Formats: sequence, C-alpha cells, structure tokens
Amino acid sequence: MTEKNKEVIFKVNNLKTWFPIKKGALKKVVGNVKAVDGVSLEVYKGETLGIVGESGCGKSTFGKTVMMLEKPVDGQVEFNYNGEFKDITKFSKEEMFDFRKKVQMVFQDPYSALNPQKKIYTSFEEPLIVHGIKSKEEREKIMERVLKMVNIQPDYLQRYPHEFSGGQRQRLCIARALEVMPEVLICDEPVSALDVSIQAQVLNLMKDIQKELNLTYMFIAHDLSVVQYMADRIVVMYLGKIVEIADSKTLYEEPLHPYTKALLSAIPVPDIHNKKKRQILDGEVPSPINKPSGCAFHNRCPLCTDRCKEEDPAMHLHGENGHIVACHKYDQKKD
Amino acid sequence: MENKDIILDVKNLNTSFISDQKKVDIVKSVSFQLKRGTTLAVVGESGCGKSVTMNSIMRFLGNNAQITSDKIQYNALQGEKVVEYQIGAIKKANGPEMRALRGPELSMIFQDPMSSLNPVYKVGDQVAEGLLQHTKLSKKEARQKVLELFRKLGIPDPESRIDCYPHQFSGGMKQRVVIAIAMICNPELIICDEPTTALDVTIQAQIMELLKGLQVNEGKSIILITHNMGLVAEMADEICVMYMGRVVEFGSLEDLFDRTAHPYTKALLRSVPVLGLADDQQLETIPGITPNPADLKEGCEFANRCPDCSEECRKGKIPAFEISKGHRVRCLQYSNFPEVD
Repeated sequence: MTEKNKEVIFKVNNLKTWFPIKKGALKKVVGNVKAVDGVSLEVYKGETLGIVGESGCGKSTFGKTVMMLEKPVDGQVEFNYNGEFKDITKFSKEEMFDFRKKVQMVFQDPYSALNPQKKIYTSFEEPLIVHGIKSKEEREKIMERVLKMVNIQPDYLQRYPHEFSGGQRQRLCIARALEVMPEVLICDEPVSALDVSIQAQVLNLMKDIQKELNLTYMFIAHDLSVVQYMADRIVVMYLGKIVEIADSKTLYEEPLHPYTKALLSAIPVPDIHNKKKRQILDGEVPSPINKPSGCAFHNRCPLCTDRCKEEDPAMHLHGENGHIVACHKYDQKKD
Repeated sequence: MENKDIILDVKNLNTSFISDQKKVDIVKSVSFQLKRGTTLAVVGESGCGKSVTMNSIMRFLGNNAQITSDKIQYNALQGEKVVEYQIGAIKKANGPEMRALRGPELSMIFQDPMSSLNPVYKVGDQVAEGLLQHTKLSKKEARQKVLELFRKLGIPDPESRIDCYPHQFSGGMKQRVVIAIAMICNPELIICDEPTTALDVTIQAQIMELLKGLQVNEGKSIILITHNMGLVAEMADEICVMYMGRVVEFGSLEDLFDRTAHPYTKALLRSVPVLGLADDQQLETIPGITPNPADLKEGCEFANRCPDCSEECRKGKIPAFEISKGHRVRCLQYSNFPEVD
C-alpha cells in the first residue's frame, strides 16, 4: 500500500468498553473492569492492522466492540460508507444488520466456531439465507466460490466439522466469513490454536485472499512475530490503552515505548548465533479493575519517574510515518 | 560415556494405546541419552508423541497404555557412587518403587498451571505435601522449606502468599507454584512439558530465566518439551525432533540449527514466522496434514509431506544414520552414513 492513497475505513475515537462489577442483593455497581479504556485509531482501506498485547490487555474486547458485539460505554466507531462516515455505536437494528455484511469476524477457536451437529452445508447456508439470498442455486454458487478460495473441495460441504483437521476448520471459518463479501475481516487470534506447520498455511492463505479481494484485516494476536509477518501497521496495547502505533518494520527496528521494547526482547528467537541480551520485565500486568495511576505501565517500567506515576502520558507523534507513542520518556536519548 | 555423566538412558521405548480394540502405536522405538547437567529439548507438533514419551518414562499413563522398552535407566548420583534405577523394569506404575523416585529424583512440570493445582487447598500445603511424603520433616520445618523455595523462585511476599489459594494467583505465579512443587524435594531431573505455552511472552521470559538458572547454578538436568523453536535455541544443549512417534533427528544445538539434516526439521524451522522477515517474503509451509496414527502405512511417516520423497521411502522401516558424532537422522538421504539404532 502506498502512502498517498490512504483511505480511512474505520475511525475509532476514544472508545471505552467497561464491564461493571456488581455486588450485593441490589446489584450495586462497585467498580468497572476497564477492558478498553480510551482507544483512538484509524484503519486504512486494504491494510492489515495488527493489534498485539498480552492477555488481558483488551485487544479481543476492542475487536468485539468494533463489531458491536460488546456495547461501548463511551466513544465513537465511525465506518466509511462510500466517503460518508457513520457512527455505528448509534445504529438501529436494521442498520446494524447491513453493517455486519461489510464487517465480519473470524474467531480464535475453530473447534467451537462451527456447530458440531450441523453439516458444513447448513452452517454455510445460514448466513446467506439470513442476508436474503433466496435462490438455492445462487447460494450454492457462492458457497462453492468461497470454498475454492480457501482450497477446500466443494463436496466437503456434506461433511461434519469433526471430519476436518484444525487448519481446515479455520479455513472453513474464514470461508464462511467471506460469503457475504465483507470489506473488513476482524481476526481474533486466528492461528493461535494451530500447529506451526498449519499456522503457516493459514497465514499465507489469508495474505493471498487479501490481495485477491482487497480486504482490510484487523489482525488481533498475542504473538508478535506472527503479527509482524501479517501486518502493515501494528498497534501495541497495554491495559486497555494504546502504547504505540507504527508500521511493522519501524516497530521492529526502532520501538520507542519501553513496553514494546521489553515485549520484543522477550520473544525467543530461533537463531543460535545472534543471542541477544534479554530485558526481562519484573512483575505482571496489573488488574484492569485497579489500574495504577498515571501511566499504566509505570510499576514495571525501567524508565519510570515521578511524573509517570501521576500523569497519564498523551499520544506523541514521532517522525513522519505516523509513528505514535504514549510515553513521557520516549525521546529520552535527546534529553 | 560413563554412567556418571548420563542421567537418563532410554533405549527402544514403545508405547501403544488400546482404543476400540485396536492397538495404536504412539511412541515407536525412541532412544536417547540425557547428559547430566544439560538441557534436552524435545520438539514436535501436537500428536507427535513427545508428551507420551515423557509420561511413559514417569509412568503416568493409564491402564490402556502398553509400554515396552529395552531399557529406561535412571542414574542417581549419591556422593561419588552411581545408583542405577531400571524404571522400565518396575512393575507397578504407582507402587512404592516408582513413588520413591518421583519427587526426590525425577519430577515433572505440566503445561497448564491452571489445572495442575488443586483449587481447594492452600498453595503452601500443596507444595509441602512432597516433603511430608518423602522426608521426616515436621509440618513446621516443611513450611520453612516452602518459604525458602518461594523466595528463591521469586514469589513476592511469600509469608502471606503461602496461605493463599490458587485462584488468588496469576498465571505466571501459579506456574511458579507448580515449579515449586516439582522442586521441593530437590530432584536431579526435571521434565517440563510445555511449561510456558499457556503464559504471556514477558512471563515466559521470566520462567525460562528461572529454569536456566536451576540448570546453570545447581547442575539440574532438564528435559524441555516444546514446539517453540525460539525457546529451543535459547535453552537447549541437545535437541530431539519427533514426528509421528519417532525420533527423526537428534543432535546438539549447532547440529540442528546449522547442519539441519532431516527434511521435517528443515521445514519446521522455515515455517515459523521470525521477527524481521521482509515484507514480500512468504512463509514456507509443510503441505498436507499430520497423518492419523491409527492408519499409518509402512515406510517413512513423513513421506507424504516430504519434498524429497522417493520410492524407497515408502518401503519397510527407515533406520537412523549417524551423520556426525552424536547427530542421528532418520532419513534415507543419508544412507551412505553408518546405521545406528
């Protein structure tokens, strides 16, 4: 994708998804799990936006909120309808129905995403019936087309999910998401349940399909090396907030946020001649119920100062390539 | 090599399961030796038999498992003396002989810390159980030992954490408790079955540092089961690659990474996404899927997915060849080298 013809497809503005904690007989709200806490970003048409972070950082909740599978408490998600941005958080049921044709989701576990009691045919037919394709012939034509895309023979439609391997099942889930001709595919950890050799097959297939259909991917995963392979730009999340956004090469070559640096250095590299010195983070991710004051990362950060403990860092734009970082000390070297 | 330097010697281990009246071979003539004070990594995809191999050695399998072996020998070092234990010859899997070995000599760390702890007992009591079983320490003394170990494993504030229940711990801390259970009787050999697969990368780095420390500072021997080639590169001294129940390649870290011989190992190394791949670079894939162990044909198990497969590969039993000292490969491409088995 070239820099110039970037067309925004999703605009997310200060999105917050909180889950209330209720206690007592009156179900009084005593606190909130702030899973997504003020996320703003833009997704460009045709790109793969990778979202990484450790478990509990809110990356999956973010993906679900963008699909409106979780209701946000605040913020807007605007979707580009041929140049006109509409806020999907305020959509009516009918508008939502239409929106779901444009944005589809692939889930983590292909074993539970297909109904074990139904033939693949039935599972594949359902979204087409729901979205109003009345003729059986036409439905079958679409099913055949999407199956061809993921390299599965059309006569496998008469089989049950247990007759497929994990990789095949994930390909089926991708095919089903493609049936309604979406523009955006939100993939929530699509390969983390698969073996490495199968993982490579699915990743390559996803890249090919993207080229063919000019799809936009939001690729959510915890494995930075997988995300780096897939994504054009990467968003790093920590405790419900974005800490860094950069294109994937920049993020890997010159990460700015101390958390991104630690995350990169924690990944074991299968190279025995270039052993790097690990930077090991102390402690663990704090609970999203009682977040630390100031910068959420301050209690594990090697660069932490008094300012970090009190003041929540704003997003700084660094350089020209849209490299964004939320840290008071990111340009420490220049100080 | 003398018995003193070899802590575990496994020869021709076979494990099959009876399912639906049919015998399915899961582990097939696995042989390896583990040198004292080193780390052996066992690598392979799910279903390749790596966990079953280790569970066979620890005798953790159920009644439907048939284990046969020429030798599973554990050499304990007691002062200068070497005491040999023939684990393969022990009849009862849960008899006193096996129980005496588990804990003080061999122990195991399992994959999922969430399910290997009992939710209704305090973690301190679960760790102390091994001590109370195997030594004559009083409960109070055992508690002191547990506190010491918690401190060593980096569990913060051990005095109050020792009386907590598992649900009050995070994933990384639970895995530390599981490691504490494995370590409390000071075993010489620790088998780690995917110890960090369920954990985040930053926590994984912490746990791996801890295990490496046990090996380097205290001379423990470690068997690390994993499918993460990155971890292997960082932790292992020797590597054993398994595919469909067989050891397809065995050698030192340098042998496996620099002089990779078996087509499966090559493919495995190339199919992992590595940080810093160029944009247009495609990941190599291994075509096809792992076959069902119940209907394997004769010949090489990898033949159907192998780029260099020939007629010969589909016939009979494929032996292993030693292509350099200690580097064994089960592939006919190397049939001009001496055969070993």
